[in-house]
Amino acid sequence: MSNERDRLANEALEDPFAGVDFGELELSLYRPRTLFSVILSWLVAGMTFLALVPLFAVLWMLIWRGGQKLSLALFTQLPPAPLQQGGGFGNAILGTVIMVGIATLITVPLGIFTAVFLAQAKDSKLAGAVRFAAKVLTGFPSILAGVFVYGAVVLTTGGYSAIAGGIALAILMLPTIILTSENAISMVPAKIKEASIGMGATGAQTVWMVLLPTAMPGILTGVMLAVARAAGETAPLLFTALFSNYWLTTSNGVDLMRPTASLAVLIYNFSGMPFANQVELAWAAALVLVVIVLITNLIGQIFSRQQVQQ
Amino acid sequence: MATISAQTKGREEVAGWNPGQIWHPPTQGQCWFDKAFRRLSFAFAAFTILLIAWLVLEIAIKAVPAFREYGLGFLRGTTWDPNKAQYGILPEIWGTLYTSLLALIIGSAFGVAAAIFLSEGYLGEVVFKTLKVFNLHFKPVWRQLPERLELLLKNLIELLAAVPSVVYGLWGLFVVIPMIRPAANWLHAQFGWIPFFSTDLSGPGILPAVFVLSIMILPTITAISRDALVSVPPKLRMAAYGLGATRWETILGVLLPTASRGIFGGIVLGFGRALGETMALAMLVGNANRLTVSLFSPANTLAALLANSFPEAGPKEIPVLMYAALVLLAITLIVNIIGALVLERAATKGEPR
Repeated sequence: MSNERDRLANEALEDPFAGVDFGELELSLYRPRTLFSVILSWLVAGMTFLALVPLFAVLWMLIWRGGQKLSLALFTQLPPAPLQQGGGFGNAILGTVIMVGIATLITVPLGIFTAVFLAQAKDSKLAGAVRFAAKVLTGFPSILAGVFVYGAVVLTTGGYSAIAGGIALAILMLPTIILTSENAISMVPAKIKEASIGMGATGAQTVWMVLLPTAMPGILTGVMLAVARAAGETAPLLFTALFSNYWLTTSNGVDLMRPTASLAVLIYNFSGMPFANQVELAWAAALVLVVIVLITNLIGQIFSRQQVQQ
Repeated sequence: MATISAQTKGREEVAGWNPGQIWHPPTQGQCWFDKAFRRLSFAFAAFTILLIAWLVLEIAIKAVPAFREYGLGFLRGTTWDPNKAQYGILPEIWGTLYTSLLALIIGSAFGVAAAIFLSEGYLGEVVFKTLKVFNLHFKPVWRQLPERLELLLKNLIELLAAVPSVVYGLWGLFVVIPMIRPAANWLHAQFGWIPFFSTDLSGPGILPAVFVLSIMILPTITAISRDALVSVPPKLRMAAYGLGATRWETILGVLLPTASRGIFGGIVLGFGRALGETMALAMLVGNANRLTVSLFSPANTLAALLANSFPEAGPKEIPVLMYAALVLLAITLIVNIIGALVLERAATKGEPR
């Protein structure tokens, strides 16, 4: 018995891996499970790059077809009538800027105050409900914002206007601003806030002089993202601001209660026209719109880099 | 009290320092400002909830006349004829669900694949293998490289969502449709007996709309799925590798099931986005009041119907369109609430610790 044990021990000493099949351990593509893993890895990589193809295809087409048409006249002239050559979309750029501006003026105070409430009364029932409402509003179809504003503003004021368009855009910007600002405010380290309260500042002073300035980069990121989204929205403007072939200015200043042109609606209207000149203008307008949106996004990214990390 | 004031007074004299000017209890005005600030932020927060209620009520009240006239038969009717005052939105409801579901299948396959690719350290492997191929030594300079690449790809995918939908519509109209038309017509000629290919693609149709729609919902799904995959506790992954599982046995057997709730929430939110998407569909789906399963046939969706009919609608048609808007609102609200609830539960108790 002891001899047997010695023999086994000696054998193990001579070749500790006697019973192991090394082929079994090797990472080999002939083995189905390894092959499966490698194939799926390549598949996933391929699908990721395939998903990015449309982005570059769209950008390439915009530069190629829109870039040809690009000139200074586009930014200063009015949209052409059918069969007319030349023209531009100066009024549409101005209209987009004005309506996004109106929407920003409405949503920034509303959104930041709401975010302050959410960050301060974190666990209250109302805060939970508001947060949930904002999340649901993020996925709210943009066309329904247009339908709502048509019923609530256009029908009561009696006509399509830049104000109505701005309000419709504001509904779409609000949830983004609330959620990103709340996130930015709650990222402010608790010790900074507690130090302020400990020095005897009132709640409002703490928010106004400590929390908001510290959270400002994060809040600005949210505002920029919301502005970028609003600038590209078409559906809510279709029947709130409608479209116009003329400037907003009248003999007595800027009139915000008139139908207003916007880049997005111009692209939509002109893309369906059977005239080559209009289609070319639609491509050029799309290039300008995408450049505006991407630059706004980029500014948001730069702000987000400056954000305080907890 | 007296001693303290005497001490402060002494210091004041010494350093020219007047504490009375630096600190003081909040004045009347500051207390008032504080109170007003609190009230205002409360009021604005409550307004957000009231806004949703107002949205729903406004659309519902404006839809009442149409509801009285057409009742629930509106949902089953298949004709849309303002001249005869006959309205039905079954084809639009079907079109909305059909295009969104198809887009969801494509979008979530690619979206989840991209999420896996961007969260499993593939790029690190690529970087190290490239270095090895070129026989370079690893330098600390490159330590950040895989992470940077991952971030770059993630931002590029998010840029897909930043392109306005009307621009995708323009691209679809002038690039995608001419590109896929020969293939679609060949499929129709060869396999016309399959219901999906039963018509030819003569212009706008379901397939180009689905194609563009899936591009638009992909970033949502990728972003949320990636967050869910990244937040899987590392020890689960380590344990699976330690047991000898291959990378994909780990992904399919451990990571995806653990992150499934977050991924599902992302897919539901993507579905909500697809249901409500307007411009790309209004431009690409063809606006034909048709009930069809053919991928190449023109059709219509609720949002596209609203976008196309509202600007020219007469006073009699407005309540009908409001009714259609109410149906769209109901569908998207239900889907979005489910998505938000699923994600909330995934965030609180989804992952075992």
